[in-house]
Amino acid sequence: MITWLLRRLFQALLVVLAMTVIVFIGVNVIGDPVEILISPDADQAERARAIIALGLDKPLWEQYLHFLYGALHGDLGRSFVYNEPALRLIGSRMPATMELAVTAVLLSIVIGIPLGLFAGLKPNSFFGRAAMAGSILGFSLPTFWVGLMLIMVFAVQLGWLPSTGRGHTAELFGIQWSFLTRDGLAHMVMPATNLALGNIALVLRLTRSGVRENLTMDYVKFARAKGLSPTRVVFVHVLKNIMIPIVTVIGLEFGSVIAFAVVTESVFAWPGMGKLIIDSINVLDRPVIVAYLMMIVFLFITINLAVDLLYTVLDPRVRLETKE
Amino acid sequence: MQFSFRAALRGTVLTGALALAALGLTALSQGARAQTLTLAVSASPTSVDPHYHTFGPNESLDDHIFTPLVKMDEKSRPVPGLAESWKMLDDNTWEFKLRPGVKFHNGADFTAEDVVYTINRVPTVANSPGSFKIYTKAVAGMEIVDPHTIRFKTNGIYPLLPIDLSQIYIIPHGLGPNPLTEDFNSLKDAIGTGPYKIVSYQNGNKAELERFDGYYGTKPHWQHVTYRMIPNDGARTSALLAGDVDFIENVPTTDVATLSKNPKVALSETTSLRFVYLWLNRSHQDAPPDVSGPNGEKLDKNPYNDLRVRQALSMAINRDAIVSRVMENLAIPTGQFLAPGSYSYVPDLPPAKYDPAQAKKLLAAAGYPHGFRATLTGPNDRYVNDGKIIQAIGQMWSRIGVQTTVNALTWPTFIGRANKLEFSSFLLAWGISSGEASNPLRSLIHTYDKSIGWGAVNRGRYHNPELDAMIAGAMKIGDDAKREKALQDATRIAMNDVAIIPLHIQKNVWGMKAGLTYVARADEATQAMGVTPVKK
Repeated sequence: MITWLLRRLFQALLVVLAMTVIVFIGVNVIGDPVEILISPDADQAERARAIIALGLDKPLWEQYLHFLYGALHGDLGRSFVYNEPALRLIGSRMPATMELAVTAVLLSIVIGIPLGLFAGLKPNSFFGRAAMAGSILGFSLPTFWVGLMLIMVFAVQLGWLPSTGRGHTAELFGIQWSFLTRDGLAHMVMPATNLALGNIALVLRLTRSGVRENLTMDYVKFARAKGLSPTRVVFVHVLKNIMIPIVTVIGLEFGSVIAFAVVTESVFAWPGMGKLIIDSINVLDRPVIVAYLMMIVFLFITINLAVDLLYTVLDPRVRLETKE
Repeated sequence: MQFSFRAALRGTVLTGALALAALGLTALSQGARAQTLTLAVSASPTSVDPHYHTFGPNESLDDHIFTPLVKMDEKSRPVPGLAESWKMLDDNTWEFKLRPGVKFHNGADFTAEDVVYTINRVPTVANSPGSFKIYTKAVAGMEIVDPHTIRFKTNGIYPLLPIDLSQIYIIPHGLGPNPLTEDFNSLKDAIGTGPYKIVSYQNGNKAELERFDGYYGTKPHWQHVTYRMIPNDGARTSALLAGDVDFIENVPTTDVATLSKNPKVALSETTSLRFVYLWLNRSHQDAPPDVSGPNGEKLDKNPYNDLRVRQALSMAINRDAIVSRVMENLAIPTGQFLAPGSYSYVPDLPPAKYDPAQAKKLLAAAGYPHGFRATLTGPNDRYVNDGKIIQAIGQMWSRIGVQTTVNALTWPTFIGRANKLEFSSFLLAWGISSGEASNPLRSLIHTYDKSIGWGAVNRGRYHNPELDAMIAGAMKIGDDAKREKALQDATRIAMNDVAIIPLHIQKNVWGMKAGLTYVARADEATQAMGVTPVKK
């Protein structure tokens, strides 16, 4: 277990290093942040001063070593644009994205799994067919379009929900959260639904196919023959057996919902990390891009770790060190 | 597992119930809004520190909190701010009379000491990505005559000082020796003399402003202003339509037609100070790499160094068609930097007449009877309809025999390469921060010259020593009327020489709830102070 963990951590470190090198070279190839940030009125001397102020006058390798030195001391650099530590900037936007992502994943679990179970157990019922047909829309419609339609219908036409923004927030553990106020929740309904739609469809279909496959298996027949109640057969035996792919997918989706909530955040003007990273890429704010991507890599690694650990809980046959 | 399934079901029901409960809420919050204005801007400020970053969105927010000595009115003409009057005492001295009885938000009195403190702070702001020093560098020394009179020393005549100082927001000297940008962002030091106090600021999301009752000027209508930042065009428009915000800036051109028919929405527009133009790169003596003969053969010289070619390319552009079709009439065609009615506008310089037949003749006379192959580059995510404009021009040029390849790039890539002079012909726009022609003449048209800091963005490397002398001469004229004449003469020469190909001047459009009105500003600033209910 320990060796397995250590090896994982070492791999993670390599991934992070490779990523930072790519970002440094990439940003350098794309363009010059000073040209984007500086006032058009600035003269040549002011342009030269800004380049030095941002440390961009040094050769790229020196900038990179400087960054590595800072990173080892817990400092990922200051944003070129905001002159704030990149990590603090990302941290200030993180709660907004996290609450949206967690809500979206919860929605996909509490809606996707029950619907999938139903569609799997009663594939020919009207409701089962409707759920399957609906799920096609769920994963095939583009997020931004669904978002705009939601705004059109529920905010502009009906006026039931606020169109954009985060609404009133309340403080918990020193962080501002939307889900603690009614106004904040109202603001969250549409973006969370928008973000969850694709995942609901995915979880629904995975659950359904898992159920359909497992129902024909010998252990189900045996359980039934043994006289177990249908509820117990489905919810204890079948559900446990189909959970592994679903947990994998939910884990991965959770990561990508956090990392790539960009579209939803833009359409609903949700002030999260996704909007920050897009803005940062547009102005080549390298410290923020690097810090954000490092955090995302770290997040994916943690989620994968958690998923692997969950496997062992769900299926005792899975051993983390089997390949040793 | 059975149990958790039920819990999950309960969760679904609960979420649904919460969602339903939330539906009714927005209606409730509408009532307490009479004194509140919620507005949405299209770009987030980067800081509350008024001296951190020379960036339009910062200045829009700063206008609510701080005041400069000289303000710009809605047509970008200098008017008194914290200074009541100003005059040039001699060639090296400007005297500013300061407004008495002005209070800062913290109750401190405004005096000349605050001006000295502010001007001294400007060059010291750490890590600034665009320093305001460019607007204070003309100040060689300061002298406090009395608490409400200050003299600025300049090295020789510098007529633009009042306009330069309109960019510098005054902060109280009580902030101590080194106020940090962080202290402004945390609002600890965000103390000005403006009509509003800032009470909360969430970067990239919103700021909350409260009316400052001690403000020296006209009391603004709104007690409370929520200043939201919604960069996405669709989201901003839908927020207005849904009634979440009362007032938005930068209404997308594609939505203007539908919004103008909507009885719930009012629009306000004015001609801006941003002109869109083309550069023809003059830095090459040989043909630029992306220009070749009609069959792809190498040309022996740079066609853009020939005046007739530049005139032909300008004449080949149907500016009226671009304005009406691409820009949906949210621009006016132009043949110079400024719109009619501005200081230093040249009345006898109309937009180049669209004349493809004459353009072909000029090309033939210049030795290109079969035209040549050109590449027109531009950004596609920076200016209004930028990508579509270069596509239209590409077709117009092709019609006179200049087979044009259009290359639209994202801004970060585009501007870096444009700065390295990699493109032969390309589109850019310029917002004239000073509201008069010396600003584009010095920055764009003057020869690139590091030693005096002029021509810094002359990305076509246009070079005309005679014109350089005229620009320098105009900057030494203290008399406003005489200087206007000199600037007009310089503009006329630059345009007749086709230093750049001017296309059109953009209009700024604001959208608001019906029943409101806005004093549309040429400088693109969005100010809650300018929004008032329509008087019945």
